[in-house]
Amino acid sequence: MTLESILFIVFAAVGLASALLLVTRRNPIISALYLILNFFALAGLYLTLHAQFIAVIQILVYAGAIMVLFVFVIMLLNLRDERSLREGLSWKKVFAAGVSFGLLMEVIYILMTSASGMTELLPAKATEIGTVEAIGSRLFTRFLFPFEVTSVLLTAAIVGAILLAKKKLD
Amino acid sequence: MDHIDILITLAKIVAAFAFLILGAAMTVLLERRVSAFIQNRIGPNRVGPGGLIQPFADVAKLVMKEDIVPRSANRFIHDMAPMISIGVALSTFAIVPFGNGIDIFGRHVKLMIADVNIGMLYLLALTSVGVYGITLAGWSSNNKYSLLGGLRSSAQLISYELSMGLSLIGVLMIAGTLRLDEIVLRQTQYIGGILPKWNIFLQPLGFITFVIASFAETNRLPFDLPEAEPELVGGYHTEYSGMKFGLFFLAEYANMITSSAIITTLFLGGWDVPYIEGLGLAPLTLALVQVGGFLVKVALVVLFYIIVRWTIPRFRYDQLMNLGWKVMLPLAIANALGTGLVLLLIA
Repeated sequence: MTLESILFIVFAAVGLASALLLVTRRNPIISALYLILNFFALAGLYLTLHAQFIAVIQILVYAGAIMVLFVFVIMLLNLRDERSLREGLSWKKVFAAGVSFGLLMEVIYILMTSASGMTELLPAKATEIGTVEAIGSRLFTRFLFPFEVTSVLLTAAIVGAILLAKKKLD
Repeated sequence: MDHIDILITLAKIVAAFAFLILGAAMTVLLERRVSAFIQNRIGPNRVGPGGLIQPFADVAKLVMKEDIVPRSANRFIHDMAPMISIGVALSTFAIVPFGNGIDIFGRHVKLMIADVNIGMLYLLALTSVGVYGITLAGWSSNNKYSLLGGLRSSAQLISYELSMGLSLIGVLMIAGTLRLDEIVLRQTQYIGGILPKWNIFLQPLGFITFVIASFAETNRLPFDLPEAEPELVGGYHTEYSGMKFGLFFLAEYANMITSSAIITTLFLGGWDVPYIEGLGLAPLTLALVQVGGFLVKVALVVLFYIIVRWTIPRFRYDQLMNLGWKVMLPLAIANALGTGLVLLLIA
């Protein structure tokens, strides 16, 4: 087994375990912490795919900024442990289970039929795509329009949030 | 990678971390002596010559103290918080180049532990994760003063992280690379043949905003609201005792040294000693002089940190937020814009 596949298994296992613990823990802060751990595992997975830029941005933006705000708000609200809610079987649950099962079957089918073709392609090309230079030049040439539109959208969201907050204050 | 490479890497790790830990101990002593000087006192001078052994005596005392965990605290996170703090401080130091590469045993050795090609982003990512140590310490203690300290630190770090990242864009545009060793190499030339081409001269505004943001990120006065003693007892570490408190203490000083090293690397020319080429030194001597130059610069920045702490009063919370969002952020953006314009005109 190569080092890369060992790393992949470790990160994947940590990611899965933390995702599972995230939804099963009662305490909201502990859940948030497992989400952070999950982001780190995901960043590790990106690294094994030679996508350094996305890996570091995953930590910088999600683990370092967004989750800090999450934790901040949960701490500010001083939430108690979640209490379990009894809920009967409804048609929504049956439907959701059916859709999930269908998606799972689809993924398994794709993996069974085309798994061999995917792994060969990766290493040589991925090292070129994942660097900061490659992403930067692509973002500012070919994908310039979507990039700028996204930034306008984000600015609009920020202005909207401030407007809503101000209305309450005045 | 063969055995010798692994040995070299191990040696670098041990050397850098020994430097960081010993440096932190010495910085504690320096801080106590300088603050005593500023306040017209003498400071610790009994243990060892000039008080040199004092930090080690302090550590021995802390290790032997009882470790008290409050009954209603979350034990696991209470234990983990100081580890996060110290871990982040130590791992940021891994990307700092403390000298130019040297040729030894017939191979080229770079004087940095990890040669990451996204160095600057790695630095920002780790800084942004560092806040968890303090925030979680505050939350897990289950004490209102600790919680307030933790909340303040997360609000403060989120606010100053932005201007920190933006003030680096100017340096990034000039250097054209995220690698810290190459950023230092670009600074070894001269402007007009006289002035060293350090980024502090090319990016004065970026330097000022970055240093201020670094002060905020290391929770040093005037930005030490997370542990403001008069208001919050001890802030996030109120409920910590023994060596766990010691780890927070160590992390603060290790962070200070790491951020001084980063400031030196990015803005003060790193290991570059100007006008040294004229002396015609042997390569190994040259490398040693450069490492020495780096250490002197870091020590001077640390001294600056200490002097600022004992001369400037603490900000009020609203002043802190106003400064971060209404002054620092626009300045950092203006700096990035100006640098871009100038570079465009030159090219």
